[in-house]
Amino acid sequence: MKKNNKISGAEAVIKSLIKEDVDLVYGYPGGAIMPVYDEFFKFQNKVHHVLTRHEQGAVHAAQGYARSSGRVGVAIATSGPGATNLVTGIADAQIDSTPIVCITGQVPAHLLGSDAFQETDIIGISMPVTKWSYQITTASEVPDVIAKAFYIAKSGRPGPVLIDITKNAQFEMLEFKYKKCVGIRSYSPIPRIDKNKILEAANLIDSAKKPLIVWGQGVILGNAEKEFKSFVEKSGIPAAWTILGASALPTSHELNVGMVGMHGNYGPNILTNKCDLLIAIGMRFDDRVTGDTKTYAKQAKIIHLEIDPAEVNKNIKVDIPIIGNCKESLRMLSKNIKTKSYKNWLKTFDELMKKEFNKVIKNDLRPKKKGLTMGESIIAINKFTKGKAIIVSDVGQHQMVACRYANFIDSKSNITSGGLGTMGFALPAAIGAKMGAPEREVVAVIGDGGYQMTIQELGTIFQQQLPVKIVILNNDFLGMVRQWQQLFFDKRYASTEMVNPDFVSIAKAYFLDSERVENRLDLEPAVKRMIESKKPYVLEICVEKEDNVFPMIPSGASVSDIRLE
Amino acid sequence: MEKKIQFTVSIYTENNIGLLNRISTIFLKRHINIESFTTSECEIENVFRFIIVVEMTESGIEKVIKQIEKQVDVIKAFYHTDEETIFQETALYKVKSNSLFEERHIQNFIKESNARIITVNPKFFVIEKTGFRHETDKLYNDLAPYGLLQFTRSGRIAVTKSKMGISEIIDKFKNQKKKKK
Repeated sequence: MKKNNKISGAEAVIKSLIKEDVDLVYGYPGGAIMPVYDEFFKFQNKVHHVLTRHEQGAVHAAQGYARSSGRVGVAIATSGPGATNLVTGIADAQIDSTPIVCITGQVPAHLLGSDAFQETDIIGISMPVTKWSYQITTASEVPDVIAKAFYIAKSGRPGPVLIDITKNAQFEMLEFKYKKCVGIRSYSPIPRIDKNKILEAANLIDSAKKPLIVWGQGVILGNAEKEFKSFVEKSGIPAAWTILGASALPTSHELNVGMVGMHGNYGPNILTNKCDLLIAIGMRFDDRVTGDTKTYAKQAKIIHLEIDPAEVNKNIKVDIPIIGNCKESLRMLSKNIKTKSYKNWLKTFDELMKKEFNKVIKNDLRPKKKGLTMGESIIAINKFTKGKAIIVSDVGQHQMVACRYANFIDSKSNITSGGLGTMGFALPAAIGAKMGAPEREVVAVIGDGGYQMTIQELGTIFQQQLPVKIVILNNDFLGMVRQWQQLFFDKRYASTEMVNPDFVSIAKAYFLDSERVENRLDLEPAVKRMIESKKPYVLEICVEKEDNVFPMIPSGASVSDIRLE
Repeated sequence: MEKKIQFTVSIYTENNIGLLNRISTIFLKRHINIESFTTSECEIENVFRFIIVVEMTESGIEKVIKQIEKQVDVIKAFYHTDEETIFQETALYKVKSNSLFEERHIQNFIKESNARIITVNPKFFVIEKTGFRHETDKLYNDLAPYGLLQFTRSGRIAVTKSKMGISEIIDKFKNQKKKKK
């Protein structure tokens, strides 16, 4: 072997990333990852490194990138605090099945376990929230481990992978040879579909009188939007979505009956407990969707299309599990079912929607009161983006309102923190979303609380000159918690009122265009200016302080006990 | 309420650092106490087998098994009831040597329980007993009044009456790889 063929472990990291078609990473440098950063400098024309203002920003940006592009997001941090700052985003990616690879520096191998400077057991800390993790202690491991990391992150049910690299492994030399990973013997990401189950399910579907589809993010992660639409249209079955399933089928589709769950639509929630067949597709019966599981869809037969066997019968016992990639199983199902329609059954949804409209939606979208509502703000965004934008929402009331009222046309248009409910997600995720889909408009909708959790990422937006549009729905409250305090804690508003800074001045201090809207007449022109701008833009909309989000299933109650007021 | 019973969990894994942590976390998250735990290389080179004894409901163990199997480095996981397995534990008892000569009973206990003396020196001797929990317990209770210097018991080791089929999984993977080439 010729010695001059050898490269450093750090260079091997970058070359491996390039082999995995990575041209964009988010990160924050520090002592234990410096050799890798030195290589980023040398390879800057091949891999663009985005310096965030906090490691949490880097990991959420990687998530946003993965969600809008369908590719693997990459976040890099140093050891110790750099690594621990990634943990929230990793946990978020784990519960929302987002493919990301996180690379952390680590103290030299000979110091491991000695409480060295900035040493932390990130492998141990992140283990419960990663799909897979590995600590590289010698340079020769770099290519194979990175190949495995990308394969695991994106295959099957996607998820986060963490690779921790000791500093000595970054300096050491190796003979670089890269082979993409195509299989691991202990891991079968896509289970084979049982054809008998397809036939059984098709029979049930054909004989159902009042069937209901509930779909989740699995449809998007499986690139199965087309197959899903064909299945819905051929079966004629009304279809409702979980929060992460939003946008897989256009909002305006005649069989799209709205969102299920705690703040979902009235009809699909009530009728979950009235249908005779529930077809769950790429969703996991989260408690925010099911309410009390003891009273969830008891009258119905349940078919569950799911790629992860561990999700089957975990929360809800199902009659026919169809384990496998839903892209495939939906195609098989469509072949085996009759073309049908359910006029009267659909009418039931319409009637309940009318009820919801009169009690809730009307007041949200066309309020009679003076103060602005979150609902009319979302409608204004719809109007000027023509439903073409990616909506990145944070966590809380505004998130529910955004998902309820956003008009989605294309898939991958809804990016939000679903399972973990991570406040502070939206601003950095919007950075990633925009870079993952630069041709699309990206509008981040954020509450005044969550905004201030990662507000420093305005610096990243400024430095990158990224034209993301940021809408702050400001009610000077941690609104969702306040709503619960009002309803369930006798209006004892413990630590939910926020005394906020001047958000416009803050944006301007980062040299970003910004304005504030307080009156209805100013709303649409301001949103229009924001959308038409080619630059990043921060729009603060001051909304009613104490508005509530309805409908609502009180926690622990049954889906059919959903309240309209 | 569904009844809790004792299950023997067998997990076949790759030889990777940290896997122990991944597996125990799954039990920890559900607040399930691990009653015994052993691990060693199994009949296949470089494949490890964990044997874990837990007490829980059958519907609970089904979910846990699937979550364990989902771990990338886990090849396959199973659960079995006591009736479906052959299992043993090993216990060591350290006793003062003079009691072996002064107390006739001790010699009888050793004989009756089919235990084995594995070392004797002027100060102490060590008895080894392999068997069921109730058998090692009985010997413990018999010896305790005469003063035990030390007592320790291993986790359960078990084999199943039915076939496990791990080598088939591994062969299948090898063949798939060949085909791809």
